[in-house]
Amino acid sequence: MQLARVLGSVVATEKAEGLEGVRFLVIQPLDKRQEPVGGTVVAADAVQMAGSGELVYFVSSREAAEALPVRFVPVDHAVVGIVDEVTLGVET
Amino acid sequence: MKVGNVVGTVVSTINIPLLEEHRLLLCDVQDVAGEPDGYTICIDVVDAGMGETVLILDEGNSARQILGLETGAIRAVIVGVVDELYIDGELREVI
Repeated sequence: MQLARVLGSVVATEKAEGLEGVRFLVIQPLDKRQEPVGGTVVAADAVQMAGSGELVYFVSSREAAEALPVRFVPVDHAVVGIVDEVTLGVET
Repeated sequence: MKVGNVVGTVVSTINIPLLEEHRLLLCDVQDVAGEPDGYTICIDVVDAGMGETVLILDEGNSARQILGLETGAIRAVIVGVVDELYIDGELREVI
């Protein structure tokens, strides 16, 4: 799982079967110091309440679909939690 | 699996139900030279401590097997604390 910042949302009426009612967010993946890394991606919102500007964490690949009510759906990123706090200790 | 170091913690109260029961640790992933090469947020099942060198499993089916789950959106799990690490026959310092 990686950290990301929610930048916005995507609305799509016509979707693949199983994706009805699923919210989609535009997220910017972050490094551990919360600096942007790579391009933005669209992720399903498995917590159903992540909003713009929030710090979240997401899961990628096949496991993203596991976070949703219908498990066998074409989703490759899913927001699975809203972050309250990241504490960094020792640096390696 | 990958070798990494625990470098931080992530606290989250709003998340998918599965993640409520588990501690989340932020781990640097080590490259072959022992330098950080990205990071991943992991579920901890071995009570790893801050700074420790750990073994990270990053594959969904194995992760679910460890936690005894049929389903669940998890991938990265800390499955061991590394005592000794040898690269090219040389002992690499671990914490």
